[in-house]
Amino acid sequence: MREWTDLALDTARARGATYADIRIVHRRVQQISVRDGAVNLLAEHETVGFGVRVIADGAWGFASSSRLTREEVQRVAAEAVAIARASAAVGKEPVDLGPPEVYVDTYRTPFEIDPFEVPLEEKLALLLAADEAMRRVKGIRVARGNLVAQRDRKTFASTEGSFIEQEITEVGGGIVAYAVDETEVQQRSYPNSFGRDQRTGGWEIVQAMDLPGNAERIASEAVALLTADPCPCEVTTLILGPTQLALQVHESCGHPTELDRVFGSEAAYAGTSFLTPDKLGTFRYGSPVVNLTADATVPGGLGTFGYDDEGVPARRVPLVREGIFVGYLTSRETAVRLAKMRGEDPAKARSGGAMRASGWNRIPLIRMTNINLEPGEWTFEDLIADTEHGIYMETNRSWSIDDKRLNFQFGTEIAYEIKRGRMVRLLKNAIYTGITPEFWGSCDAVCNADHWRVWGTPNCGKGQPGQVAHVGHGVAPARFRNVQVGVKK
Amino acid sequence: MFGEKRLRGIAERVLAVSEADETEVVVFGLEERLTRFANNAIHQNVAETNAAAVIRVALGRRVGVATTNDLSDVGLERAVERATAAARLSPEDPDYPGLPEPTSVGPVEAFDERTAGYTPADRARDVGAVCRRAEERGVIASGAFRTAVHEFAVANSHGLFAYHPTTVADLTTVAMTEDSAGYAAGAAWKVEEVDVVGLGMEAIERALRGRNPQPLKPGVYPVVLGPHAVADIVAFITQMAGAMLVAEGRSWMTGRQGERLMSSGVSIWDDGRDPGGWPLPFDFEGMPRQRVDIVREGVVGEPVYDRRWARKEGKASTGHALPLLNPLSPWLSGGAAGPLPLHPVMGPGEHTVEEMVASVSRGLYVTRFHYTRVVHPRDAVITGMTRDGTFLIEDGEITTPVKNLRFTQSYVEALAEVEMVGCDLCRVRTGLGILRAPALKLPAFHFTGATTF
Repeated sequence: MREWTDLALDTARARGATYADIRIVHRRVQQISVRDGAVNLLAEHETVGFGVRVIADGAWGFASSSRLTREEVQRVAAEAVAIARASAAVGKEPVDLGPPEVYVDTYRTPFEIDPFEVPLEEKLALLLAADEAMRRVKGIRVARGNLVAQRDRKTFASTEGSFIEQEITEVGGGIVAYAVDETEVQQRSYPNSFGRDQRTGGWEIVQAMDLPGNAERIASEAVALLTADPCPCEVTTLILGPTQLALQVHESCGHPTELDRVFGSEAAYAGTSFLTPDKLGTFRYGSPVVNLTADATVPGGLGTFGYDDEGVPARRVPLVREGIFVGYLTSRETAVRLAKMRGEDPAKARSGGAMRASGWNRIPLIRMTNINLEPGEWTFEDLIADTEHGIYMETNRSWSIDDKRLNFQFGTEIAYEIKRGRMVRLLKNAIYTGITPEFWGSCDAVCNADHWRVWGTPNCGKGQPGQVAHVGHGVAPARFRNVQVGVKK
Repeated sequence: MFGEKRLRGIAERVLAVSEADETEVVVFGLEERLTRFANNAIHQNVAETNAAAVIRVALGRRVGVATTNDLSDVGLERAVERATAAARLSPEDPDYPGLPEPTSVGPVEAFDERTAGYTPADRARDVGAVCRRAEERGVIASGAFRTAVHEFAVANSHGLFAYHPTTVADLTTVAMTEDSAGYAAGAAWKVEEVDVVGLGMEAIERALRGRNPQPLKPGVYPVVLGPHAVADIVAFITQMAGAMLVAEGRSWMTGRQGERLMSSGVSIWDDGRDPGGWPLPFDFEGMPRQRVDIVREGVVGEPVYDRRWARKEGKASTGHALPLLNPLSPWLSGGAAGPLPLHPVMGPGEHTVEEMVASVSRGLYVTRFHYTRVVHPRDAVITGMTRDGTFLIEDGEITTPVKNLRFTQSYVEALAEVEMVGCDLCRVRTGLGILRAPALKLPAFHFTGATTF
């Protein structure tokens, strides 16, 4: 790989780049999906290519290609410099990356069972067994199952002297059952919505899911939801189960702490953020039991790696400490910009290691790593028992949040009414809504480490052209007071 | 650009090495350049050169798929081997329709040399003009301006071959003041039809007009929805118009075909051959795209079909197969979602936006929606926010900018009460297509929450 990386970096330098890096990525994805007893898709996907990112005349340029040949590497590196020069014509402040980040290292996702070595027959049998179990439940209209294995082999090199090789392995799986009557559709997913849960690691992750063992249960729940009572419209106590809480953290903490978003980079797409730099260190984001961190070092997290895509080591960064907003997801450039803005020494500014690209053909953006709600002290059983009246909601069905990440409305697949410390009644079409800091400010209990685990979100969209990041969220169930549930007429 | 000869050669190589009963190859070529700006400056500026093949092989009714962007002989052979290995292990697919015989697909012109040759300097010039005007008006401009060349080739072992080269340009831009924002966007297969500076000025003027927004109590209001807000409605309505979703009971169309469900002024169709959009004359099985009337003058029409769902439902394909996997999409999405429209249009009416506003005594003008998601699929109940320019209409005039509102509204019910349809269509890039939509006036729209800005 050195031959290619040296060629790209030398070409960029010769063309006038003051900084350059190259990422060469080989990705292999195996996708299996079944639907109603038949194989819907059995596919092997392979993509390889490289992207060259440069600073020239103080501005960024990026070019990428799938053709890994000597001529193409030189052409693409030169194109990146030409693009940077065009950027400089409509530029303002020259890009400042701060102090160099120089590492020569390797990283490999640890796993027990290589998912690509597991026979396809075994994978198909697993999905078809779960599919059959779902369809045995009377009233199920559609049953689906998915398995995904992905491996990225990534080489990063920069003109600062870094040379980093990584192998990231991910595995995901999930099932969903749909029950349909004349007026509505109800769905139940396991272990998470969006088709699957996904983590870094090996086939042992899917084995632990026990998809067939949960198939009949979720199918029965989907059918039962058709005749369940609707979620009431009231202000009440809300307990969020882990997968819905993961989505809540994702949308209302993860995205608004992305510092490029705060600085306006995404203004024309999904929007900006209410967490402006003047709030750093003083703003009450949540109640004192709310502690949120960005941690790319959590074992098994979908946002776990050795180095980010600009060569910064994986780090653990506090975002909210005892309810106070204390940190951002950062890149090298934005960390320096923030330091300058706050009158701090930019030479000491360090990226939090959150720059990630969805592939060789995309520039790294600030993305979530594993954004975690740190565990509290409650057991789940005690939390329910301690709740006089409220609603428990689990597994996301719809999600929407405004373009500063304040007003949100989320719907879940399933809910239960809580009365006098017990879950007593199944509820359908559950929805809750709120304003982010008010909502987190109403959090009065988080379950303990026994209930805490990292969930994967493999569908996080951002950027133009679009990128899909694979990110993680460590959570345990939590309780929120005085929440509006249902939709006001 | 690869050209027909190169893509045909790739396809022929795949077909030559495959020993399967049936083999299909879809080749995608892409040269995409995108200039992104924020804070009145270019901050991201990127280029991608990529090509990939999606190979489907069938051993009887056992089907396997592989994709690769290694288009060397060795890379293609390995992909064929992987697809074949997958097919051997796959159970028989009872609904596999087989691959189509060669069919006639008339070409549609959708390639523009100027768009294909647009340079980083060209885009910087256009974007720079927007940024300068924003700076002059004390506004912050952001956006993305993209020009691209796409090539598609579909071939199969029955002798089918189809090739289509095309260009596209699209701009989205948001202008912001301290307490307001404005939006504009456009798309076309000729860059000259995307008026970058004009759209930038539209966003700037809207942002300036939206300063000092006032809070408004959520409730039911008459609305004039700008064309970009209506584009969201058309997108949801048509994304549920695939035969699979309808058959599964997960669409607003299920059980309602032939029913007068919407106002007579509402006609929505999909037309992949219309040069006013971004034409792609065949689908990803190589079948000719046909115009499908999803709603005709308020009456629910037909869903769109690929060959699989046509066979299951006893219909003919309408040429709406998606790629089994889109190897150039970061979502790797594809045909598992069933057939879907890519070129939706809501037909124009006779009214200007000004006429619609003049007819409202008290209501809202909504520029666009944000982060919309399905709450209940059967009635297309959607929630989302207003964004980038929401205004109170009083006595026939736009008066006060208002803070953004959340809505939870059945789009089907909204289209059942349309009072006026706009005469101009916006053009919005949506993946592999361009969607076109007019402004609408509706007597009631359900706003269910509010935000703080």
